[in-house]
Amino acid sequence: MHELAITQSLFKIVLEQAQKAGATKVTRINLKIGRLTGYVPEAVEMNFNLLASGTMAEGAGLKIEWAPVKVHCRDCQKESERQDLGLGCAHCGSLNVRIAGGREMYIESMEVDNG
Amino acid sequence: MAEIKILKNIMDENLSQAAKNRQWFRSRKILVLNLIASPGAGKTTFLEQTIKGLTPNFKLAAIEGDITGDHDAKRIEALGVPVVQINTEGGCHLDAHMIDSVLSSLDLSGLNFLFIENVGNLVCPAEFDLGEDLKVVVLSTPEGHDKPAKYPLIFSEAQAVIINKIDLLQAVDFDLIIAERDIRRLNPNVPIFRLSCKTGEGLDKWLQWLETQGTDNG
Repeated sequence: MHELAITQSLFKIVLEQAQKAGATKVTRINLKIGRLTGYVPEAVEMNFNLLASGTMAEGAGLKIEWAPVKVHCRDCQKESERQDLGLGCAHCGSLNVRIAGGREMYIESMEVDNG
Repeated sequence: MAEIKILKNIMDENLSQAAKNRQWFRSRKILVLNLIASPGAGKTTFLEQTIKGLTPNFKLAAIEGDITGDHDAKRIEALGVPVVQINTEGGCHLDAHMIDSVLSSLDLSGLNFLFIENVGNLVCPAEFDLGEDLKVVVLSTPEGHDKPAKYPLIFSEAQAVIINKIDLLQAVDFDLIIAERDIRRLNPNVPIFRLSCKTGEGLDKWLQWLETQGTDNG
């Protein structure tokens, strides 16, 4: 259900941008998704196929580039990448960190045919 | 074939409506809380106790989010607080547009606090900004102390964490030390309130903190 809301937003942006560019068909959508978002690719794809059916985005592939979880340390001011939460700063071990990456949910670009 | 650069946040539509809601609430000096918890954590009872503790010094209203039915809204209404129910009809979270759509049906004049009780779920509500000031997570002891580690996003986003049902600590396998350690790892400075809505233990500290937030806001 969460995915449906995301997919509706995604689909709306894709159609708007494709129309603006005068495209006749959308073939691929390139997404950047953070590891912290809880984004489930299969669920978004299923919803997207339903929404896009009969539109110029029908059959478009969704390509995901996953963005890692990153934390910025407020003590040593360094940034580190983490595989999971709760590890603190990889440099000094401090827990005084803020999440600096992993919540992205962007459409980076899309590939279209111009008729 | 051509490639079009877009660089657009998929959540933009929700975020821009949330920003409008936030501006609208701030201009009226209403402090807005988004209550997030699993089903059965005791959100509605917590909200009832909070409302009882704040009345009559403050003017309050509530928005109840549920998949279906108005059971919770009736409980809040019984306390004499204006309440409006949003049914998501299967949706697992409230979004900023839903909040906007019900604002006109609430009397918000002179309001100090607006409580939004989100759909029972620790996952999706974390993703959708409603325009609130404070996200408050209610975790109850029967759920287990592993929840902060398993649902990190909402605990890292919270401005306050409630550990509810501490009256059950003897009966359930819940380690307060582990739960609070994991919460602090995700969110080092977040206030954590241990309380029981049943016995009333610990409620006073939460209410004091909340009143301070409301006073700072106004």
